[in-house]
Amino acid sequence: MELLERFAAGDLEAFEVLFRQHQREVYAWIVRIVRDTGIAEDLTVETFWRIYKYRARFKPDGNFRAWARRIATNAALDHLRHARRETALPENLPCAASPDSAVRREERDRIRTAFYELPAKYRLVATLALVEEETYNDIARAVGISKSLVKVRVFRAVRMLRKKLDSLCVEVSVK
Amino acid sequence: MSKEEIDKEVKELLKQAIAPARDTELRRDLWPQLLARVAEQPEPLYKVPWFDWALAVILSAVLIFFPGSIPALLYHL
Repeated sequence: MELLERFAAGDLEAFEVLFRQHQREVYAWIVRIVRDTGIAEDLTVETFWRIYKYRARFKPDGNFRAWARRIATNAALDHLRHARRETALPENLPCAASPDSAVRREERDRIRTAFYELPAKYRLVATLALVEEETYNDIARAVGISKSLVKVRVFRAVRMLRKKLDSLCVEVSVK
Repeated sequence: MSKEEIDKEVKELLKQAIAPARDTELRRDLWPQLLARVAEQPEPLYKVPWFDWALAVILSAVLIFFPGSIPALLYHL
């Protein structure tokens, strides 16, 4: 029996093989969304737990990688929804270099604050599209929506962010 | 400045404030953690999906509050 068939039938050894093949990729995808290594580890475990739990729904002739990524995205989105108001901004977020110091530290903090206040579903696509520069097609497949809806969400996220930046007195002008 | 130009600049500001995640390498094996989770939450032998329960509740409510619907239901079975 093929590996995926054995997995779908509940074979734990087959599941372990799949886990070892995909855990790094799933983790890397999640950490791009939640931007915290500890949380990403927990969500990777959560993702594979869901994969194991819903294994009967997986068609052995299907694409395991895409299925795993979709479940990982949903787990990350659930986290963003629930942790939004409870979690402070991650302190170890990388700051992009700003050679001409146009964006000052305080301003960057305000932009991040505004960004982390966006509704989870908009923040998810905006992070992947604008920060991580993933393609709209990849995002659409991972989130399970159409490419045009991804574009709409990115557009709305930018508009919401602009309004928030206005209210936080951040001047929108890139030097 | 047009709205489109402002949107473009918002995107630029965001890129300057939040850089792509660089540390995406998993440093430890998560299998033991997952195995513990699997062992901790054994699945029931037979699980009824939530929508089946919801359907049963709705049907029961209809039969209780509208007993007149019972003959009609039996007729259509």
